[in-house]
Amino acid sequence: MKFVDEYRDPAAARMAIAEITALGGDDHLKFMEVCGGHTHTIYKHGIENVLPESIELVHGPGCPVCVIPMGRVDDGIAIAETPGVIFTSFGDMMRVPGSNGNLLEAKARGADVRMVYSPLDALRIARDNPDRQVVFFAIGFETTAPSTAVTLLKAREAGIMNFSVFGNHVLIVPPLRAILDSPDLRLNGFIGPGHVSTVIGNRPYRFVPAEYGLPLVTAGFEPLDILQAIVMLLRQIREGRCEVENQYARAVRDEGNLKALSILREVFEVRPHFEWRGLGFISQSALKLTEAFAPWDAELRYSVPGVRVADPKACQCGEVLKGVIKPWDCKVFGTACTPETPIGTCMVSSEGACAAYYNYGRFTKATRIPVRSA
Amino acid sequence: MSEPSREDIVLDRIEAFRRRRPRLLEEAVNSAHGAGGKASAALIDAVFLEAFRNDTLAPMADGALLPLPSGERLAFSTDSFVVKPLRFPGGSIGHLAVHGTVNDVAMMGGIPQWISAAFVLEEGFPIAELREIVADMAEAAAAAGVQIVTGDTKVVNKGAADGVYISTAGVGVVPAGVELGADKVQPGDKVIVSGRIGDHGIAVMLARGELGITADVESDTAPLGELVQVLLAAAPNTRWLRDPTRGGVATVCNELAKTSELHVSLDEAALPVQNAVNGACEILGIDALYVANEGKFVAVVPAAETDAALAALRAHPLGEKAAVIGEIREEPPGIVIINTVFGGTRIVDMLVGDPLPRIC
Repeated sequence: MKFVDEYRDPAAARMAIAEITALGGDDHLKFMEVCGGHTHTIYKHGIENVLPESIELVHGPGCPVCVIPMGRVDDGIAIAETPGVIFTSFGDMMRVPGSNGNLLEAKARGADVRMVYSPLDALRIARDNPDRQVVFFAIGFETTAPSTAVTLLKAREAGIMNFSVFGNHVLIVPPLRAILDSPDLRLNGFIGPGHVSTVIGNRPYRFVPAEYGLPLVTAGFEPLDILQAIVMLLRQIREGRCEVENQYARAVRDEGNLKALSILREVFEVRPHFEWRGLGFISQSALKLTEAFAPWDAELRYSVPGVRVADPKACQCGEVLKGVIKPWDCKVFGTACTPETPIGTCMVSSEGACAAYYNYGRFTKATRIPVRSA
Repeated sequence: MSEPSREDIVLDRIEAFRRRRPRLLEEAVNSAHGAGGKASAALIDAVFLEAFRNDTLAPMADGALLPLPSGERLAFSTDSFVVKPLRFPGGSIGHLAVHGTVNDVAMMGGIPQWISAAFVLEEGFPIAELREIVADMAEAAAAAGVQIVTGDTKVVNKGAADGVYISTAGVGVVPAGVELGADKVQPGDKVIVSGRIGDHGIAVMLARGELGITADVESDTAPLGELVQVLLAAAPNTRWLRDPTRGGVATVCNELAKTSELHVSLDEAALPVQNAVNGACEILGIDALYVANEGKFVAVVPAAETDAALAALRAHPLGEKAAVIGEIREEPPGIVIINTVFGGTRIVDMLVGDPLPRIC
């Protein structure tokens, strides 16, 4: 694994941390990493433990699995339980709770639910089982949407009619704007998403500094990438700059991936509104299949409950996501809402802010390195 | 730091909640209940332990330790094998059935001697394939120095089983003086793994052919009886032994931390993982610490005997890559923490079910 070792070099990390400590000074600064992949890196490598106490990372809404609202999970399960259907899904969607259990439980009740690594695997299953209907549970940001789009193009080209897509692809910019629009926002900058930006590029984030006066640095997924992005954010703040910068230049171009974007435009159109777990309805925040792909649209092919299941009132995921409150400030945290029985987004994924705090809170509190305290 | 007390109240509440016995919430069995993680523990606790509770079962080890009237002790263990595909690089369900059984007896400190084998066969299963599996078992038993001394055969309707399932039991005598158990583990002891981790789980996952990736990874399936005796000869005060099968090294370390009420501190840089396994894990978004092994053990040995243990293990072909991967500490009790290569730390928790690949 030569190619990743250089991004995990402890000596380089120590230098970056020293720079962060020096640049950070005594100010308490909060940066949000938007992407769930970043949150994963932060936990996996214990980055919060090596940062000075003055720098706080707020875990954003970019975990594609946990923003899917309960009603959509229920719809997916309803399709999965339709006789004759093979329902395919990415692995980490399997345990996301709907209002009446998750896909693993539906499988245990007899539904034919299969885990796939790519929508193309789902299409292959459709080709191999011509007498069955195969549905792919499409989720994710602009990162995974192009592979769903390519699969749909292939399905049309090959005339595979026993395949359809239950589309739940979402867009990254609208929730970012929703968070920025909240009056109680307390953030000092953003670590911009990496994989999404390989598709959409860096330009769509220009409104963040322009309209909201906050810096954003697009970052890669190795631990050194994250530290480097924090250094770049701090430099902007110290130098009085406020702009979109690209730490992940080895993968992200300003204009994005033009081919992927054109495929997206061919297959998808923007939904008028879509519900986000924890954030509520956000207009123009998700994708649906265009008219041309109606024959492969599972939403048109199956009758689903389509019932909106409200997030429990007591759940304060929105405030946690915005960095307004800490997980332990939420009324249901640790009582009604636990990793075994999650209520909101932040508890569903093991990388959500609440789940992480539930599991690691006492330890983190005990070992937090008070770098700057006298 | 003026920490609001609400944080402490909440943390105390969580702590109390986590100490409670695992809760079984589901109404039907699902695949997570068979994965060796929290869901498995909840099922075993709420259903099996509840009904069968007794002193011999209580330690919840890899097998039971049975005192004989003569004063000797017998290690007794049972297992079943439902692996798919039946054949994978490095072995087959036949090898696994023998090795898995022998290894559970070995983890109790026993010298495996006899095993049983019961077969559940699906109508239509080719006899030729059955012959091959049975030949693998015979070969594995001979190599492990055990005899298959009793068995059973059942045939079920087509569709009621997936080819062949094998159920086994194994027994062996525990030599006098061998005293293993989580209660023997002390702060300052070292944690040793007998070789590279993650090979079996990755080999089987890739052999299913669903991932579209190929890598040169073979299952590590092997009998550990001899290697355990090598360890016990070099480190006679070895405290604890476990084979990290389902759930991997992370899960057995968690079980150790919980039953000993001590802290297990692991060193990421010391973990022996081969490049191909690391690469496959990176692509799949899973962690080698949670991937199954079938020819490895995790041992806790006193610090003073660590060098001797390591030297002896490395001199044996099955222990060449043995390494000290961590140590036992007093605080914080009940949890496993890994010190990352990067200089950070993270908690290594028990998974609820199977490791699910991440999409981003």
